[in-house]
Amino acid sequence: MRFMVIVKATEDTEAGAQPSAEMLNEMAAFNEELVKAGVMLAGEGLHPSSKGARVYFSGDKRTVVDGPFTETKELIAGFWLIEVKSLEEAVEWVKRVPNPTGEESQIEIRQVFTEDDFVNASEELKDRERELRAEQEARASQG
Amino acid sequence: MVATDARRAVEAVWRIESARLIAGLARMVRDVGLAEELAQDALVTALEQWPEQGVPRNPGAWLMTAAKNRAVDRIRRERNYQRKLEQVGRDTAFDHEPDAGAKVGEIDDDLLRLVFTACHPVLSTEAQVALTLRMLGGLTTDEIARAFLVPEATVAQRIVRAKKTLAKAGVPFEVPAEDERDARLASVLGVIYLIFNEGYSATAGDDWMRPALCEDAVRLARVLAGLMPREPEVHGLVALLEIQASRTKARVGPDGEPVLLPAQNRARWDQLLIRRGLAALARAESLGGAGGPYALQAAIAACHARARVPEDTDWTRIAGLYEALSLVAPSPIVELNHAVAIGMAFGPEVGLELVDELLDEPALKGYHLLPSVRGDLLVKLGRHAEARVEFERAAGLTRNERERKLLLDRAASC
Repeated sequence: MRFMVIVKATEDTEAGAQPSAEMLNEMAAFNEELVKAGVMLAGEGLHPSSKGARVYFSGDKRTVVDGPFTETKELIAGFWLIEVKSLEEAVEWVKRVPNPTGEESQIEIRQVFTEDDFVNASEELKDRERELRAEQEARASQG
Repeated sequence: MVATDARRAVEAVWRIESARLIAGLARMVRDVGLAEELAQDALVTALEQWPEQGVPRNPGAWLMTAAKNRAVDRIRRERNYQRKLEQVGRDTAFDHEPDAGAKVGEIDDDLLRLVFTACHPVLSTEAQVALTLRMLGGLTTDEIARAFLVPEATVAQRIVRAKKTLAKAGVPFEVPAEDERDARLASVLGVIYLIFNEGYSATAGDDWMRPALCEDAVRLARVLAGLMPREPEVHGLVALLEIQASRTKARVGPDGEPVLLPAQNRARWDQLLIRRGLAALARAESLGGAGGPYALQAAIAACHARARVPEDTDWTRIAGLYEALSLVAPSPIVELNHAVAIGMAFGPEVGLELVDELLDEPALKGYHLLPSVRGDLLVKLGRHAEARVEFERAAGLTRNERERKLLLDRAASC
């Protein structure tokens, strides 16, 4: 199972505060542990939302709004993608994420959809997948 | 805490901690079999206590302390109590968290010793596989049994016998000396590759794939790469497995039937795994390992991964890579794949000529892919009646139900 581990933003991360050397070291050590256990697929830290933008959708309309955004606790400061056997294992890993500043913060764990989830969720998508596959196969057999 | 929650939490901790736990204990008691039993004892203790007391803050250290306490209990009952206790006591203080003091390098060394012991040549391949999944993969006997479609008792017996064999042969808990190391590393890589292949192309049963087993193998390969970062072939194996695993979703059709490479919807390939695979391949090559058998196979897989549509596949390069592979790791199966690549690069006549040279190869006598490949080439040459016979023959040889159905369908369409 693949999980996205979402590090929520704090006032500090939104202010663009650089992590301390201590924090960088502890994070690096933790990342190394994830890599050595073979569970880490990817992981990145994100710039503050002031450097980002949002696109709002309404029917055909698209509205672009530049950051920063105000709802700090809902924003994302970074993420990991990990591959583990269960939500419990993901939780067990996340409990080990260092919090050297001791500040209040939170990390959210969300399971990544696999195709099976989608296929079960929607017949329409299943059909679309079949179409895509048929197209692909038709193309392959011509080649 | 609800008992089932606690049980799942214990299992999660076990998955993360068991290899280090067993490795650390094995260093102390110099016996991986005993270490594994002690670790299991600690697991049982956790299952008893955590539901009531909650999961401890440092579960790994808790398990280590529990295991060491059991070690003392058990050793006390043995004749050589004194000698073994001295070994245990040397780096153990029972009243505080003993694992906290272990240095990173030390843990790596222990894990590496565990890898080489679990894959020791004194053991049968089956035993190596079972021990590797159990001791390094953190899989339960039941999970291993399900993965390989054998009764749990069989796996349990295999593990017991393997541990006895190791003890009886006096296999030391150590990384082999340099002169032996390459050969031993090759068998370690072979065991992981075998686990992957069992998952990727299930040799028997109703499933065409057992993705969980593939995931375990990829994880083990990544762990090994972390332990031996300077070994190019380890990265070669990681690259090969990541790229092959990237196709998992595309290899199965809506009704669970196999979808072969040329027919796969490449949009369903996992680009993250492909990227990781290509990075691992680059690592292998930068360490001077481009010519190793796993790196070469990874390079072939990379050729497919880089082609957005099948027609973009660089078959000439693949044919060259197979030729190189046939020099470092010659086998009739490599020859067969080489013939396929040549056929794709230079036309089906040439491919068929090469395949026909393999018809008398005893190692390929019962191999379903030989008639399957021949059938494929014959179809391309418009020789449909002959092709049908070949697909039917291939269907009769495979032990995998899904694959048999695919082959019979192909025969019927000739």
